[in-house]
Amino acid sequence: MSSRMVAVRAGLQRGWIEFRQSTTNGQDLWSVMFFPIISLVVMFLLRHNTVPGTGFSLGSQSIPGILGMNVVLNGMVALALSLTMDREDGTLLRAKATPNGMIGYLTGKVLSRTGTAVVGLLIPLIPALFLFDGLELGGVSSWVTLVWVLALGLVALLPIGAVLGSVFNTAQGMGFVTLPIMMLMGVSGVFYPISAFPEWLQWLAQVFPLYWLGLGLRSAMLPETLAATEVGESWRHLETIGVLGLWAIAGLLLAPVVLRRMARRESGSAVAVRRQKAMQRTM
Amino acid sequence: MDAGDNDHRPGDPVRPLPPSQGAEPVIETHGLRMRYGSADVLHGVDLRVHQGEVVALLGPNGAGKTTTIEILEGFRRRSAGEVRVLGVDPDDGDEAWRARLGIVLQSWRDHGKWRVRELLDHLGRYYTPYGTPRRARPYDAGELLGLVGLTDRADAVVGTLSGGQRRRLDVAIGLVGRPDLLFLDEPTVGFDPQARREFHELVQRLSDLEDTAILLTTHDLDEAEKLADRIVILAGGRIVADGNAAELAGRVSGKAEVRYSRDGEHHVESVEDATGHVRELFATYGEAIGDLEVRRISLEDVYMTLVHEFESGRRTEAPSELTEVAR
Repeated sequence: MSSRMVAVRAGLQRGWIEFRQSTTNGQDLWSVMFFPIISLVVMFLLRHNTVPGTGFSLGSQSIPGILGMNVVLNGMVALALSLTMDREDGTLLRAKATPNGMIGYLTGKVLSRTGTAVVGLLIPLIPALFLFDGLELGGVSSWVTLVWVLALGLVALLPIGAVLGSVFNTAQGMGFVTLPIMMLMGVSGVFYPISAFPEWLQWLAQVFPLYWLGLGLRSAMLPETLAATEVGESWRHLETIGVLGLWAIAGLLLAPVVLRRMARRESGSAVAVRRQKAMQRTM
Repeated sequence: MDAGDNDHRPGDPVRPLPPSQGAEPVIETHGLRMRYGSADVLHGVDLRVHQGEVVALLGPNGAGKTTTIEILEGFRRRSAGEVRVLGVDPDDGDEAWRARLGIVLQSWRDHGKWRVRELLDHLGRYYTPYGTPRRARPYDAGELLGLVGLTDRADAVVGTLSGGQRRRLDVAIGLVGRPDLLFLDEPTVGFDPQARREFHELVQRLSDLEDTAILLTTHDLDEAEKLADRIVILAGGRIVADGNAAELAGRVSGKAEVRYSRDGEHHVESVEDATGHVRELFATYGEAIGDLEVRRISLEDVYMTLVHEFESGRRTEAPSELTEVAR
């Protein structure tokens, strides 16, 4: 077996260990479930409101969007955060000091984040199915759609997370990323159909992957008739594949360059400086 | 000596073998220079470390120790000079080269959620393809834990280890690939006296049993004297002293510090021939001399003097009597 394959396999082990850690640790599990739990509670209170022009519960309509948002949080944002934290505590430098360690590190990271994102989608789905009427997940086609949308969404989101995590030097700097993402959530139709928004806002939302991930998940989980409430009165699968695919290609081209540049700068003194800054912040 | 370590391994790109390793040093630098912006940090460092040798790099903060080590580790690109580590320029070091290095830095806090043995096992896996008949890689995690005295903490979560235990785990991780060359950056900071002694025994065992060359930095001169076959003092980006502990001690033991007062004014002098100097003092000043004290200069005194002279800018050239202690 080549040394790189050995590292990929070590990365698989790494991914499993990290996934297990984040799903057996109360604090991590809470951060995975925090957003959907709060959102589900709010939408449960609003379940008697209906989607404009239909008798369909607004609460039920929002479930796929909330789950999509959670994929963004647990996939992209958490990956970016863990990259900055791993640079602060020296995990990344350890990978650099190990032969083919970066291959193993990234394999593990992508795997554990994917696992956590999937768990973050599936677990809230269970109470949602009991609490909200109208979700249709009985058919095979629903699950097929869910799987490809989720897979494509992750391929689009994870490289962006890697880029963000490389660009921002500290976990604190990542705070500047969270705010625009929250704003993006507001305009991306997570809680409310964007067809009700001004046209310029609709265009803005459709540039980013979050809207398309939500749309794809809605197409998987909601009745066919709800397509009428979307932009273009359709689930627009082709467009979904197009936009998410473009983000994926751009991310996959950019991420290795940015990651390599970031890794090249890592050294013991760089970690020490960052550590000192982190300690000054907490004092 | 150990050319087998450079054998081509399946799956790796063919790499030209470095010239015969017979007498080749593990580390060799010529005129190593480093410049950050307009500030020179290293002004031409010539350093050699041989197989199985333990070398302590001493020097005040900012002397360039960390920069030197980071260049040798391949984490930092030098500005000028020749550098060979295990026969390879660190700037071109590939993964097979990296597999032969062990690195223990000052500030690891990584993998806090992992379990001790799990982490050691995991990091060892990357070294499997780089084993040779003479040097099986990686180290067995259980054996290694025994070596650093962490067997009873094997299932502990890394984040719950005490400072000294964490440091010993760092050393174990540095060793897991059974390195030919180990870098130890201030390894015993935060150790209690017992942990320190155990660690010293470990380092001695490593260089004796494994033929591992070790380059360590420390601020503790006793530690340097105890562990190192050779001591290199770096000050102001230059090597100002290089020799084994006995040689350095021999160099300086000829000198002694003479303290005395003359007409109530205190004097301190460092002289080669203390007895002759004192005789002369009495001959010249007689009764005016008082509070006489003659002291041999310790390694610490030499270190302090040299470093102080460099820092105050009085000395710009390395003192000839200390640089060229023959090896």
